[in-house]
Amino acid sequence: MTVATVPTEAAPTAERYLTINNIEVIYDHVILVLKGVSLDVPKGKIVALLGANGAGKTTTLKAISNLLRAERGDVTKGSVEFKNNRVDQLSPNELVRRGVIQVMEGRHCFAHLTLEENLLTGAYTRSISRSGLKEALEKVYHYFPRLKTRRGSQAGYTSGGEQQMCAIGRALMAKPEMILLDEPSMGLAPQIVEEIFGIVKDLNQKENVSFLLAEQNTLMALRYADFGYILENGRVVMEGDAENLRTNEDVKEFYLGLSSSGRKSFKDVKHYRRRKRWLS
Amino acid sequence: MRFFLEVLISGLLSGVMYSLVALGFVLIYKASGVFNFAQGAMVYLAALSVVGCMEKGVPLWLAIILAFIIMTLFGIATEKFVLRKLVNQPPITLFMATIGLAFFIEGLAPMVFGSDPRALDIGIVDEPIEAILNSWGMVISKFDLVAAAIAALLVTTLALFFQYTRIGRALRAVADDHQAALSIGIPLQHIWAIVWGVAGFVALVAGMLWGARNGVQFALTFTALKALPVLIIGGFTSVPGAIVGGLIIGASEKLAEIYLPPLMESAFGGNFGGIEGWFPYVLALGFLLIRPEGLFGEKHIDRV
Repeated sequence: MTVATVPTEAAPTAERYLTINNIEVIYDHVILVLKGVSLDVPKGKIVALLGANGAGKTTTLKAISNLLRAERGDVTKGSVEFKNNRVDQLSPNELVRRGVIQVMEGRHCFAHLTLEENLLTGAYTRSISRSGLKEALEKVYHYFPRLKTRRGSQAGYTSGGEQQMCAIGRALMAKPEMILLDEPSMGLAPQIVEEIFGIVKDLNQKENVSFLLAEQNTLMALRYADFGYILENGRVVMEGDAENLRTNEDVKEFYLGLSSSGRKSFKDVKHYRRRKRWLS
Repeated sequence: MRFFLEVLISGLLSGVMYSLVALGFVLIYKASGVFNFAQGAMVYLAALSVVGCMEKGVPLWLAIILAFIIMTLFGIATEKFVLRKLVNQPPITLFMATIGLAFFIEGLAPMVFGSDPRALDIGIVDEPIEAILNSWGMVISKFDLVAAAIAALLVTTLALFFQYTRIGRALRAVADDHQAALSIGIPLQHIWAIVWGVAGFVALVAGMLWGARNGVQFALTFTALKALPVLIIGGFTSVPGAIVGGLIIGASEKLAEIYLPPLMESAFGGNFGGIEGWFPYVLALGFLLIRPEGLFGEKHIDRV
């Protein structure tokens, strides 16, 4: 298999941070979902993981955070390293303590807990004092002022955008170095998506949190990310700087519905061409 | 009027005994969303271990500690050998597992400690309190009053624990969403072991009080059946609900037993007795129709 590499100015090899080496994931002992995925997230960057439904984005994230095992998935080959240590056999609890946390697709807030209680559960792995906890809360409220105004409401009764903020805020309470963010734009109005991505960028720059971001919303993700990988059928088919991916003709045609001849309907995209190019 | 009050109070106090059993259900339901069918069997196991240890010549206080250790180990073992394998399975699967667990305990406990009914003396006598008898002319059992006090203490502690502590919050979080709890680093194993340990402790308290009152025998497992209407009325997810539900059941069944038969006999003729036996279930049925989540239960939240 050949990976089409878009020429990059700065390859993300400067410092080894989160490295995934050729992992293969099998569900239920029979369904091969990831067929050898390798990727790198450098420290302090936002890396986007793009692709269509079923490409393997969520599976890749769950393979890193080790939530797979609860779903009868298994990493059968390859390795995941964080700061040069193998982390593929660690429990999610242990991984959170080391600073890698996942924000799951579909928000998954605790519906019957208030927003503030949701945030507090995020600090479960940290042994900090009451004042430290309060400080951590204030920090989250600083980035998500909307959570503060609604902190007493049960999470189940808040809007989708607030729930997404709550989920990210909850992860922040664990003081992570790296957040695996799965599909934050799901089911949200474009304006809210914009707001959330803005905050993600902010967190990245001010708190120095690295992000691995799985997204369907390719254009949006590439606008905020530093680097991108495109998954198809459980393989990385393309990688490169966000800037370059955004202007790449194939990406434009397949994921953004644009081509050299102007805007194009997905109906007209010639699928045989992508198969011939990428999966031969 | 005095008679009415006497019936009411003794009903309320006996209701507290139901609450104790119901509390065990609530704990496990809150933390894992599982209806623990084995709670009655755990009450039996706890009472049997106290009696069994005492038969071997162990003093009461030590027997209680030993029984507590047994219940805690039992909780940890349940997590390790039953629940851990069933993470992320639908609730019905976990429910079936607890049925199996109930049969397992009901078989194992008598094998270890013997199956014949025995008396359990925990040093509180079941006799009327003289002061009340003399000044008010009402018969209120000392035993019932102590039992009620213990239950009140237990409930207050648990309610505070769930609401304000880190572990308590984590327990509620796990009940809402296993996966999300896992993703933010809450170790399900510890949480479940804790919850089953605490439920074991509650079963121990309930087992000792029920055992002291009715004798330690297999029928203790059926206390779980009386806890069902309590849960339906109070709500499966509420610790205070278990208490209020118990009080309602206790008072209403005693009052119904005394005051309903004459009414029904004059209306339909014939003979009505044993209303106490079925009245709680009819009441629970009524509640299911009007307020299925119970008085204090969490409403199911759906996004529309």
